[in-house]
Amino acid sequence: MWIELLSLFKQEIFITLIIFILLFIKISTSDWSNGKILIVVNLMLFLNFILGFFMHAEGSQFNGMFRTDNLIVFEKNLLNLGTLMISLQSYDWLKDHRHVLEFYMLLLSTLLGLFFMVSASNLLMFYLGLELSAIPLAAIANFDLEKRRSSEGALKFIISSAFSSGLLLLGISFVYGMTGSLGFADIGGHINGSPLFLFAFILLLSGFAFKISVVPFHFWTADVYEGSPVAVTSYLSVISKGAIFFVMIQVLYTIFKPLAAEWYRMLYLLSVLTMLTGNLFAIRQDNLKRLLAFSSISQVGFILVGISGSSRAGTASVIYFILIYLFSNLGAFGVVSLISARTGKESISDYKGLYASNPFLSWVMTISLFSLAGIPPTAGFFGKFFLLMAGAGKGNFGLIAIAALNMVISLYYYLRVVKAIFMDSNNQPMDKLQVSAMPKMAMLLCVAGILFSGVAGWIYDYIYSLSKSF
Amino acid sequence: MNLSLLLLVPSFTAIAVLLCKSDKQVKTISLTGAAIQFVLAIDLLIQYWVLRSSGDRSAMMFQFDHTWFKFWRIHYHVGVDGISIAMILLTAFVVLAGILVSFTTAKWEKEFFFLLLLMSVGAYGFFISLDLFTLFFFLEISVIPKFLLIGIWGSGKKEYSAMKLALMLMGGSALVFVGLLGLYYQTQDITGYHTFDLLKIAEMHIEKKAQLIFFPPLFVGFGVFTALFPFHTWVPDGHSSAPTGASMFLAGISMKLGGYGCLRVATYLMPEASRTYAPIIILLATIAIIYGAFATMMQNDLKYINAYSSVSHCGFILLGIGMLTQTSIIGAVMQMVSHGLMTALFFASIGMIYSRTHTRLVGQLGGLLKIMPFISTVFVIAGLCSLGLPGFSGFVAEITVFMGSWQNPDKWYRTATILACASIVVTAVYILGAVGQAIMGPTRNKNFQLFPDASWNERLAAVILVAGIVAMGVAPFWMNDLLRPGSETIMQHIERALTIK
Repeated sequence: MWIELLSLFKQEIFITLIIFILLFIKISTSDWSNGKILIVVNLMLFLNFILGFFMHAEGSQFNGMFRTDNLIVFEKNLLNLGTLMISLQSYDWLKDHRHVLEFYMLLLSTLLGLFFMVSASNLLMFYLGLELSAIPLAAIANFDLEKRRSSEGALKFIISSAFSSGLLLLGISFVYGMTGSLGFADIGGHINGSPLFLFAFILLLSGFAFKISVVPFHFWTADVYEGSPVAVTSYLSVISKGAIFFVMIQVLYTIFKPLAAEWYRMLYLLSVLTMLTGNLFAIRQDNLKRLLAFSSISQVGFILVGISGSSRAGTASVIYFILIYLFSNLGAFGVVSLISARTGKESISDYKGLYASNPFLSWVMTISLFSLAGIPPTAGFFGKFFLLMAGAGKGNFGLIAIAALNMVISLYYYLRVVKAIFMDSNNQPMDKLQVSAMPKMAMLLCVAGILFSGVAGWIYDYIYSLSKSF
Repeated sequence: MNLSLLLLVPSFTAIAVLLCKSDKQVKTISLTGAAIQFVLAIDLLIQYWVLRSSGDRSAMMFQFDHTWFKFWRIHYHVGVDGISIAMILLTAFVVLAGILVSFTTAKWEKEFFFLLLLMSVGAYGFFISLDLFTLFFFLEISVIPKFLLIGIWGSGKKEYSAMKLALMLMGGSALVFVGLLGLYYQTQDITGYHTFDLLKIAEMHIEKKAQLIFFPPLFVGFGVFTALFPFHTWVPDGHSSAPTGASMFLAGISMKLGGYGCLRVATYLMPEASRTYAPIIILLATIAIIYGAFATMMQNDLKYINAYSSVSHCGFILLGIGMLTQTSIIGAVMQMVSHGLMTALFFASIGMIYSRTHTRLVGQLGGLLKIMPFISTVFVIAGLCSLGLPGFSGFVAEITVFMGSWQNPDKWYRTATILACASIVVTAVYILGAVGQAIMGPTRNKNFQLFPDASWNERLAAVILVAGIVAMGVAPFWMNDLLRPGSETIMQHIERALTIK
């Protein structure tokens, strides 16, 4: 009985355990060096990631508030992996930071919130998880304590997330008012196409759209991404976004299945807007963090195309894409993070001639960017291909053509970075940077993931076999 | 023969190159890899003949099928017929020659050879794929190496050209992508699933309405690769900025990917649409032929001359495909092979001249025949092949295209054929002009006297390509035999589809 209960919550329990251990370290020993703390934390995160693959259990708990199955366990493993890689990559930044332990406690609280959110099968639980993830995230967005931009970014983030939570709450209360229930399973049965329902749905969708920065709800993204420390930026763009997508797929495909025709049209419009705006703004950026911010907006547009397809292929393709996106985006952010921590340089023109002095970093960056652009043999190609293939399942080839066009536009700004790295000459080239062991591991992991997870067809097949047809 | 070897050999060579310590190792390993691949390609041809003469009449030989993505019914399915073997042979010739010529590369040799080999993996994979997903995968693999090769090692306005080429080719493959997805969702096999398998799709009947929608993106998308007018503008810039080895690959192999795709995917799988759109294809091809020829006349940079003449020559490929007769299709494939060899030879000799004189302007050269007899002879051979002198491959290919085209009784088609024929005169004008000014005549620059003739690797590269050109030009029947079964299958398929209607 206890074992069953525990194995249902195993991933949440591990994270809580780690948070407590960190808390004890904080209270009891004050003389640990940052390096030691980082090694211990990363080891724990690694263990946590590995343990995630054992002792699966399926079932629900708390009157159906919380549920888990193999797909959800897999999604949480993905989030674990991403957090581990971000933690490894931020070694250089955290090495000299005064509040390492606090950073990790807040970061892991966010992750815990995301886990509960992914497992939610009740709107209240979902909201609780979402808030548990949002508030600590705003705190760590401000972790470059002496930078003004960081505080500005954090403030923008907290305001926009409060606003979107407001929208969500309003939507949730409408839904509750009409159906008298908050459980996912119950709501689905009561849904009809009445205008009030549609309004509630639009409110919910806007709440989601804020979190994953869909155009026209994206205005906070670039400033927050630029201001926050790179670790937080990458966390925002990969982990929290990914988790929200996991929930969004379920909500759209299960609860709001009766409204499929309506949300399909909305997604169509939103995805076109998102891809185009993200790309067109990305072209103009010179700051790499801003460029990656807009590129991640346009990637969200592609994911929306995938969601608009049929349910099972859509689910599998979106999760698969997020796996690949995790490797590709973290690879790019890893390089940006390292260079920014060492030299403080973040603009494309600073990267000119990088290859001559730092071939390793250049290759990691280039491979990651190619993967983001969807160039074979990197995994990004497969990810995009299947997303659009899932999207084309409904026969909307106009949307696919727009998406394909956007892939070409996005190639332009990715290639601009590659061009700066390989082709342009620089009067003040960057020095050769020593890459310490942990970031190097993370980067190699990213490159391996990018090169491997696409060509290995069984990964997609595995995800597909986990996902259900709703 | 296991066709996957054709992919494994260059892939492993490329990885081995990355692990090398010295430049010499890099060159030795790439050369060895390319030579092994060359032998494999010849061996493939021989095995094909042996099987054929022993009575094997299957459309695709040496097939290998392995499920890649189960739920999408995506397979790694490879196999060859005579047409693919011709293209594989072309690739092997050009790769070997290209690597030999690139020995003079002076910067980041490891990366250079790695990218060249990666590009060749893309080409080989493309020509052996029987699954449209695999085909598309390999098509895109070969794009980005070109960007890096031109942008890093190129000359002139290299960054602009590299970006233009990458974006236009990716635009082309985006169109191909839309077309492929459209085709995929039109298919339905016995079990009710969609498929990307070329052979299975060929047996199905795609609705004419769908064909009419998805043929243009596919054909235009592949057409961008093979300089379909008006999407040819990347060709002159890309070719002239690329380093010698890369422009040989570009013109010799990459442009042929498009032609092969137009034939094997667009025309073969959607015959009714290809008949409907044939007038437009022929019109565009004729414009490309004539426009390319006249544009070449205005050039005075040797690389631009060859690049624009490539636009004109690739027009013959599309003309042959658009005419939809068996002879014209054989001619189109022959033109692909011939143009690939000839233009690679052209770029190789231009590269040799440029690496010595550091100018490619016709007006500044002159009298090279006396100083570098070998290089000059090679240049003249390439030129003569380009203008279609009997005895070289260009003549065989072009005459086949013309004969095939003339079989079409329609008067507008015949007008197009006559116009295309007439362009040969223009070709003669610019080729002879360039040869006369650059090779013959007095030496205009005294410094040129000191330049050495070709080194062993350059000689070897030239000999390989010339051997290919002459083998095709003197004895075209083996090529014809090679291509006949494949083109017959395509023609039967087209005719069957047209009679069903």
